[in-house]
Amino acid sequence: MKEILQAQGLCKTFKLSAKQQKLEKTKSRTKVAVDHLSFTAYEGEIFGLLGPNGAGKTTTLRMLATLIRPDEGDAILDGASVVREPDKVRGKIGFLTSELKLEEFFTPNYLYDFFSDLHQVPKEQREARKKALFDRFGIDQFAEVKVANLSTGMKQKVSLVISLVHDPKVVIFDEPTNGLDVLTAKVVTDFLLELKSQGKTVIVSTHIFSLIEKICDRVGVIIDGKMIVCDTLQAVCAGKSLEDRFFDIYAETVGELQ
Amino acid sequence: MNSILTIFKKELARFFGDRRMVLSTILLPGLLIYVLYTFMGTAMTDMYGVEEDYQAKISVVNMPASVQGLLQGAGIGYEDITPEQEVQVQEEISNQQADLLMVFPEDFDQAVAAYDSSSGGTAPNVQVYYNSAGTNSQATYTMMVQLLDQYEAQMSNKFDLNSGDTVYDLATEQDTVGSIFSSLLPMLLMIFLFSGCMSVAPESISGEKERGTIATLLVTPMKRSHLAMGKIGALAIIALLSGLSSTLGTILSLPKLMGAASDSLDATVYSVTDYLMLGVVILSTVLVLVAMISLISAFAKTIKEAQTLVMPLMVVAMFVGITAMFGGGAQTDLYYYLIPLYNSVQCMVAIFSFEISTTNILVAVVSNLVYTGLGVFLLAKMFNSERIVFSK
Repeated sequence: MKEILQAQGLCKTFKLSAKQQKLEKTKSRTKVAVDHLSFTAYEGEIFGLLGPNGAGKTTTLRMLATLIRPDEGDAILDGASVVREPDKVRGKIGFLTSELKLEEFFTPNYLYDFFSDLHQVPKEQREARKKALFDRFGIDQFAEVKVANLSTGMKQKVSLVISLVHDPKVVIFDEPTNGLDVLTAKVVTDFLLELKSQGKTVIVSTHIFSLIEKICDRVGVIIDGKMIVCDTLQAVCAGKSLEDRFFDIYAETVGELQ
Repeated sequence: MNSILTIFKKELARFFGDRRMVLSTILLPGLLIYVLYTFMGTAMTDMYGVEEDYQAKISVVNMPASVQGLLQGAGIGYEDITPEQEVQVQEEISNQQADLLMVFPEDFDQAVAAYDSSSGGTAPNVQVYYNSAGTNSQATYTMMVQLLDQYEAQMSNKFDLNSGDTVYDLATEQDTVGSIFSSLLPMLLMIFLFSGCMSVAPESISGEKERGTIATLLVTPMKRSHLAMGKIGALAIIALLSGLSSTLGTILSLPKLMGAASDSLDATVYSVTDYLMLGVVILSTVLVLVAMISLISAFAKTIKEAQTLVMPLMVVAMFVGITAMFGGGAQTDLYYYLIPLYNSVQCMVAIFSFEISTTNILVAVVSNLVYTGLGVFLLAKMFNSERIVFSK
C-alpha cells in the first residue's frame, strides 16, 4: 500500500481569552489543541479520526486542509507539504466541514461552475463531472434554486459536490453526517464508500462509532490532542465492539468516566 | 490571472443579480439627492420670493410730492394716513396684516432742499417701519430703501459708479464656473465616492467572513492576492457607479438648487480632456478608497463592526474634501500629490479651475495605484492569516 498522507508531529496551541479560561477552569493562557500528532493514511482507504468533542479532530483536519498553520510539525500530502506548499495541497484535496459555507445568494449550478473555475477545471470536464455528480445526488432537481432556499440536507449535498469539483485524490470530511437525517446520512456514507472504490483516500473525523465501524479501514483514536491508538479497525477493536474498546482506551488514558 | 477574473465576475454577478442591492446602492443615492436638492431649491425660492403681482399694503404719513412722483413712476400704490393712525398701522405690520409704514417729516421736500450736508446738522429723517419676519414686508422694505437711496443719490450726484451698459465684471464665464465648481465639487465627489465604497466593501469582505463563505474560497488553490485583486477591482466598479449616480443627481438638480445664479453655471466650459483627466483621477481615488475600506473590513469581525471602524476614515475623507474650499486653487508642489486622498482633491481642484498640471495628475494617479497595490498586498496577507480569517 502506498502512503499518501503522513502527519508528522503536528502541534497547535490556541490562546485563551479570560472568559474561555473561566469556562475551561484553567489558569493557563493557552490551550494545546493538538499535541505532537502523527499518523499515516494509505491510498484507497478510509481513515477515521475518532474522539470526543474538543479532542482536536477538527483542528487536525483544518491543519491538513491548510486553513490553519501548525505551530510545529508538518504533514506531507501526496508529496506536498502543508506548511511549505499549501497551494499545491489545496489542489489535491477536497475539504468539507460545516464551517465552510456557500454563498446563499447563488444557485448550485453557478457555484459549481465558479469553484470549477477557481480549481481551473477545463470546461468539458467540468460539464461531464457536474452532470454525473448532480445526477448522483439529485441536485439536478434544484440546480437553479438559490442555496438560501434549500433544506439542510440539500445544502450539505451541494457542499459535498462542490468540494469535489476538481476530482481530488484525498477527500477530508469533518463530521460528514452531522445534522443530517438518516436518509441523507446514508447517501453520504454510501458515497464515501464509492469514492474509496474509485481509489480515493478518505479521511473522516467523527464521534459516531457506527460510522467508523461501517466504513473505515483504519482508525486513529484522539484524546486531548494526542493520538492514543492508530491501527486497522480489527486491531483496534481486538474482538470487542468499537464502542467498548473506546471506553477501555479512554479509561486507560484519562481515567474512569464519572 | 484566471482566478482574478473569476472572483471579479462573481462579485459583479452577486451585486447585479440582486435587484435590491442595485436599487439601494446605485439608483437610490442619485434619485434621493436629486429629489432632495430640487425640493430644497424650490422651497428656498418660495420662501424668499414674493409673488410677481403682489400688491404691497403701504401707508404713508405726510407724503411729499417728490416721493409721490417717484412711487407713481414705479407703479406702487399707497394709502395716506394721519399721524394718529400710526400706532394702529404699526400694530398691523407687526401682525403681518400690513407691509410698510413710512413717516416723513412735515415739509420734507423743503427741509431736504435746505439741508447742507457740510453744516453738521441733523439731516431730515424718514422712518420706515417693516416686519423682517414677513416675506412680503421685508421685500417691500428692501425695494423702498433702494428707491429712496436712488432718489437721494440723484439729488446730490457728485460722481457716478459703473454707469452705462458696459460690463465691468471682467470674470469670464469660465472663471465663474471654475471657482464655484472647484470649491464645491471636490468635496461632494469625495463624499459620494466614499459612501459608494462604504456601501459595498464591508458587505463583500466582512460579510463573507461573517457568513463563513470566505473559508470556502480559501481552501481552493487560488492565490490570496488574486482574491484581493478580484474583489478590489469589482468593488471599485460598483462604488464608481454609485458615486456617478450621486454626482449625476447633484448636477441635474443644481439649476433648481442655485435658482437664478445657475444661469451662469455651464459645465460645458470644460473640455473632453478635462473630463477624461477627471475620470482617471476619480478611478484611481476609488481604488485607493476601496483598498482602505477593504483592509478595515477584513480586520472587522462583522459588517456592523466594519461600518463603525470605517467612520473615522470617512471623517478624514470629508475633511480633506473641505480643504478644496480654502487655499485659493490647487497646490503646485509635487509632494502634495503623493498624499493619498489629498492628492485626489488637489487634482480635482486643478481640473475644475483650469490649472491642470499633467505631471501632478500623473504623480497622483501613479501614487494612488501604488497605494492600491500595497492594499492588495496587505489584504492578501490578511486573508492568509488564520487569526484574521477565523477571528470570532
